[in-house]
Order: sequence, then C-alpha cells, then structure tokens
Amino acid sequence: MAKSNNSAEKNQHEPLFHIVKRDDMPQWQAWLIRIGTIIIAFLLVGLLSMAITQKSLTDTYELMFLGVFGRILENGSKTMLWKYFQEIAILLSLSLALTPAFKMKFWNCGAEGQALMGGLASIFCMIQFGNKLSYPVLITVIVITSIIAGAIWGVIPAIFKAFFNTNETLFTLMMNYIATQIIAYYVYIEGGGSNVINPVSEGTFPAVGDNDYFVNIVIVAIITVLMFIYLKYSKQGYEISVVGESQNTARYIGINVKKVIIRTMLISGALCGMTGMLLVAGKDHSINTKLVGGQGFTAILMSWLGQFNPFIMLFMTAIVIFLKLGVAKVADSSFLNSSFSEIIIGIVILMLVGCEFFIQYSIKFRHNNKEVKA
Amino acid sequence: MIIQFLYRAVLLGVPLLYGSTGEILTEKSGHLNLGIPGIMYVGAISGVTGSFIYENACGNDIANMNPFLAVIIPLLCTIVGSVVMGLLYCFLTVTLHANQNVTGLALTTLGIGLGNFLGASLISITKSEMPSIALTKTSSFFSAKLPFAENLGWFGELFLSHDFLTYLAIAIAIIVSVVLNRTRIGLNLRSVGENPATADAAGINVYKYRYVATCIGSAIAGLGGLQYLMSYATGVWSNNAFGDRGWMAIALVIFALWKPSVAIIGSFFFGALCNANNYISGLGTETQELFKMLPYVVTILVLIITSMRKKREHQPPLSLGLNYFREER
Repeated sequence: MAKSNNSAEKNQHEPLFHIVKRDDMPQWQAWLIRIGTIIIAFLLVGLLSMAITQKSLTDTYELMFLGVFGRILENGSKTMLWKYFQEIAILLSLSLALTPAFKMKFWNCGAEGQALMGGLASIFCMIQFGNKLSYPVLITVIVITSIIAGAIWGVIPAIFKAFFNTNETLFTLMMNYIATQIIAYYVYIEGGGSNVINPVSEGTFPAVGDNDYFVNIVIVAIITVLMFIYLKYSKQGYEISVVGESQNTARYIGINVKKVIIRTMLISGALCGMTGMLLVAGKDHSINTKLVGGQGFTAILMSWLGQFNPFIMLFMTAIVIFLKLGVAKVADSSFLNSSFSEIIIGIVILMLVGCEFFIQYSIKFRHNNKEVKA
Repeated sequence: MIIQFLYRAVLLGVPLLYGSTGEILTEKSGHLNLGIPGIMYVGAISGVTGSFIYENACGNDIANMNPFLAVIIPLLCTIVGSVVMGLLYCFLTVTLHANQNVTGLALTTLGIGLGNFLGASLISITKSEMPSIALTKTSSFFSAKLPFAENLGWFGELFLSHDFLTYLAIAIAIIVSVVLNRTRIGLNLRSVGENPATADAAGINVYKYRYVATCIGSAIAGLGGLQYLMSYATGVWSNNAFGDRGWMAIALVIFALWKPSVAIIGSFFFGALCNANNYISGLGTETQELFKMLPYVVTILVLIITSMRKKREHQPPLSLGLNYFREER
C-alpha cells in the first residue's frame, strides 16, 4: 500500500506550495494578525493621502486626528468628539441590528430600508401628533411606531424566506429602494413640492449639557450590552446559532426553523427601525431619502468583521468612523472630494477581509509536504 | 409617442443588460458578485478618464480627433478598469476564500468612491462652473448612427438608430447564451457553478474557470457604465448620476432566471418600467415618485413566484455564493 503511494508520488508533479486549513489559531495570534493588518492599513492610508495631497506624513496623520478629536470651529469650544461618538453609535446600532440575522445566515441587506421606514414613522408622528400629545406620550408613540415600521419591513422577506426559501439578499435589497421611493413621495407631499421637510421641534430627544446626541449614545450603549447577552446567554441566541450552522440539525433537535427565522428578522428589523428613529428624532429632526446614507451596507461589513461579537463590532466601527472623519478632514484641507474617505474605507475593509485568510488557512511549502500528510 | 417610449426603454435598458449579462456569467461560475454596482462605476469613470485625456491631447478640437481612436481608447480603458476590479474580487474570494457578499459590498463602496473621487478631480481640473465633465465630442463618435435609419420611419427609429454599444450588448448577450448552453466551455463552467468538487474530479480547473468568468463578467458590466455615460448621458459625467442601476442589473439576473437571452427582453422591460412614469399622462410629481418603485416591485414578484414554483431549471447555480476549497470535503 505504502509502496504504491510512493511510486504515485514520484510520477506526480508536486506543486510548490499548497493551502491547508488551520485547526484553530489561538485568539491572541489571530488578533495579532488583525491588528497588524490595521496598522499596515493605516500606514498605507497615510502614504496614499500623502501621495495625493502632497503633504508630509506627519501632517497627514495630524490632520486625521484633528478631524476626529479637534474642534468643530477653529476657535470654538465644541469638539468633534461627540460627533465621532454619535456616528459610531448609529453605525454600531445598524450593525447590531443586522447581527442576529447574519448569525442565522440570513443576509439582511435591507438595513437601509428598514431604518428609513422607522425614520418615516418617527417624522410622521412628530408632525401629526406634535402639538396634540404631551411629550412623554408623544415619545412613546414615536418609539413604538418606528419599531413596528422597521419590524414590518424586515419581516416581509423573512416570511417568504421561511415558507418558500425566497432569496433574501435580493429581496431585502429591493425593499430598500421601495422604501426610498416612499420617502421621496412623503417628502414631496409634506414639503409642499420643495423636496425638503423643515426640521420639526416637537418630539425630539433632549440635549444633555451642550451635547445634542447624548440620548442616542446611551441608547446604543445599552443595546450593545443587551445584544451581547442575548446572543451569548439566551436560549433564543442559541437557537439562532444552531439554525445558522445547519438547518437540518436545528430541525432534528426540535427547533422550529420557520419561527426562528421570522422572530429573528422581527428583532433585526425592529432595531433598524429604532436606528431610523435615532437618526430622525435624535439627530436630523427631519427626513430625506439620504437619511441613512449607505450606512446600511457598511453595517453589513462591520457585523461580519466583528464576528458577531458586539464589542469587537464597537472596535471596528470606531476604526471605520475614525477613517471616515479623519480622511474627510485630510481631503477637505486639500480641496479634494469627500469620496476620498469612501475609497480609503473600501481599501481598509478589503484588507481586513483578506487577512482572515491567514487566520483560517496556512500555506505549506513543498519540503514539509510529508509532515502534513502524516 | 409610443415609438419614443420604446426607444427610451431600450436606451435605459442597455446598461442593465450589460450589467446582468456580466453578472450571469459570474454567477454561473458560482460566485455572487455584489461588487457589480461598483465595477460599473469604475468602468464608466475609466472610460471618462481615457477620453478626457484623449480630448485634451487633441486640443479639445473635434477636427483633430480620429474617430477610431476616440472610440477605442475609452473602450479599452473601461475594460482594463473593470477587469482590475474583477481581479481584486477574484483574488479575495477565489484565492483567499473570503466571504463573497462582504467582499462584493466592500468592492461596491470602493468602486463608487473611486468613481466620484476621480470624477470630482477631473471636474476640478477643467475648472468649469458646472459640477460635471462634458465629453460630448467623444459621445458624438459613440452615438454615430446608420445614415439611412432616418429614412425608414418608425422601423428605422426603433431598430436601427441606436448607438453601436446597444447592438454590441445584444450581441454579447447572445454570444454568452450560446457559449453557456452550446459549447464544452459553457458546460464546464456550469458544472463549476453547480458542483465544483465534481468538476474538479472530472479534471476541470475550478479556480481558472472562476477567475476567467468573473473577469470577463466584470469587463462586460463595466461596458454598461460606459454605454450609460456615452449614450444616455450624452457624454456628461456628474457624480452619483449612475445611481442604483448596478443593483437593478443584479435584480435583472433573477428576473431573467440566469438566461442572458431572457435578459435582453427583461432589460428593455425594466427600461420601460423605469420610464413609465414620464409617459402616463396626468401624474403629479408625487405619484411619479411612487411609480419609480415599479421595477423593484416587479423583481420582488418574480423572486417570489420563481421560489414558489421551484422548477429545477429556474433555480440559481447550486453552489452560488460558496467558495471552493479542494481539501474541504
């Protein structure tokens, strides 16, 4: 037996290297690779910006830090920091909303639309009931309606996925554009043909101190912790991960797969709808079709890079928003288009996606081939 | 009126046809490339950059421009630009086994960013007041029409008066359809998309097929961006003008049930749907906004109906979205 194997090996051309799946890399090694990639990415970002803006490397990084930690006006007292936290909160909130769905291997690409519908519900209540209800009642109505609106938008594709196995990636994607057109319709009606709804003052979240976004940040912080507990320690979180791993196993151990799919998308959509509310009641106080601004797609990437762990997601969103604001400042100082930060974010995410390869696989070269086989 | 409506439907449909033909080819190899919207942006902006440089080299004078070069330079730039994006996608998903949805979405972010950034940079070079780049001279070469088309009445207007990229799109769709269904290469490609392990056992180089199919698919999709720019937008680039057409092209793949020949009709149908709001009389602006959701609603209906009927030939390639790793069985 061994003899025939040997002769076959001699006749065969052995490739220079081949790829082997690693058993399990220790967490600290995996993180070393990820953090190393982030450092390389930051160096690359600096060099790329330097090449385009013709500024020195230290100036470039200084500008990036000023863009995030500097002051909004040259000599004003308000720092950018709250804006930084606010942007993290929104992106993190969307990523958290998508996470239960992704863990179930349900590709919810519809965060954009679900958040838009939540935002629509909020602005509708703010305009319709703003003068009629007392503040606590109004806020309650806004919260409930926006959560329901988002949940409905999320559960429609889930029902079809559960019963007919309809492709959810494209279904949720199409729902985004339907939501966008509904918003365009509403803005036209409410804005009297001007395509702008003036900011509404009733039903908005209060500012704490000089920080307008405090409520948003606190809400998202609470949800981050709750989501961590829900996914890791609750029975429903366990069911989600079983359905994600194998639907047959789930059926075998008596999980109602259809129920789990629908319930999880209700949660996912509800959280997206709530994020829409945070954007409308907590930030813009108005609505337009660009309310979410493509963050629904970035959130998909964040959720995946965060490996479905809310705290790693926080870390990843902090990096991406840092790049977004920092590079925007660099671009702004050289009169470059703000899309520069989109390019940078795209490159950094692709690098992070690529580095996972070195965590999951290892490359074996020809000379230690025998060792691998044994 | 009817003729004009149909003409516009074709005009709006062709970029979608390019995008979906490219995506069908990619998906048949088992890869769901959600980077197509970004690739179409990159294709368009590469063409813009190429023809911008050529127009400037000729001193912005149409008399100096060679019609052949004016067409071939943007065409080649578009193909190179989109193939580079396709290679990036392949390297990450085929070679590095990265998640396809995540890679595709990141590629779309990158592509749209690149398009808008390069576009804005070119606009600032021209120092024009308008936030756009006008390449109307190059566009005039692209949209050259058959001289006798005008004499043939409605027949000429509807069938013969399009630009050559429109006919190229239809030709490519037919060629892809024939290659997929009538040749050995097509059979191998489909087997790679259905069951790569079996294909590998049969001696087919899975990685090579996936690389080539995705890159050719990207090049075709990129041409869609160029066609939109040169015919529909008459050579005027402005940021974000291309809009959501890339996503609609992906939707069209499902509408066409992974058949390029159906995509030809489907794309014109989508073009008509996109345009219907302008041709139904008595619509207010607000109702027009609602009508714009028609193509998406139709796509969802098609999705639901095909998934309910569960006919075997109407299903996506079996291993769509799954990476192939030989040592994992």
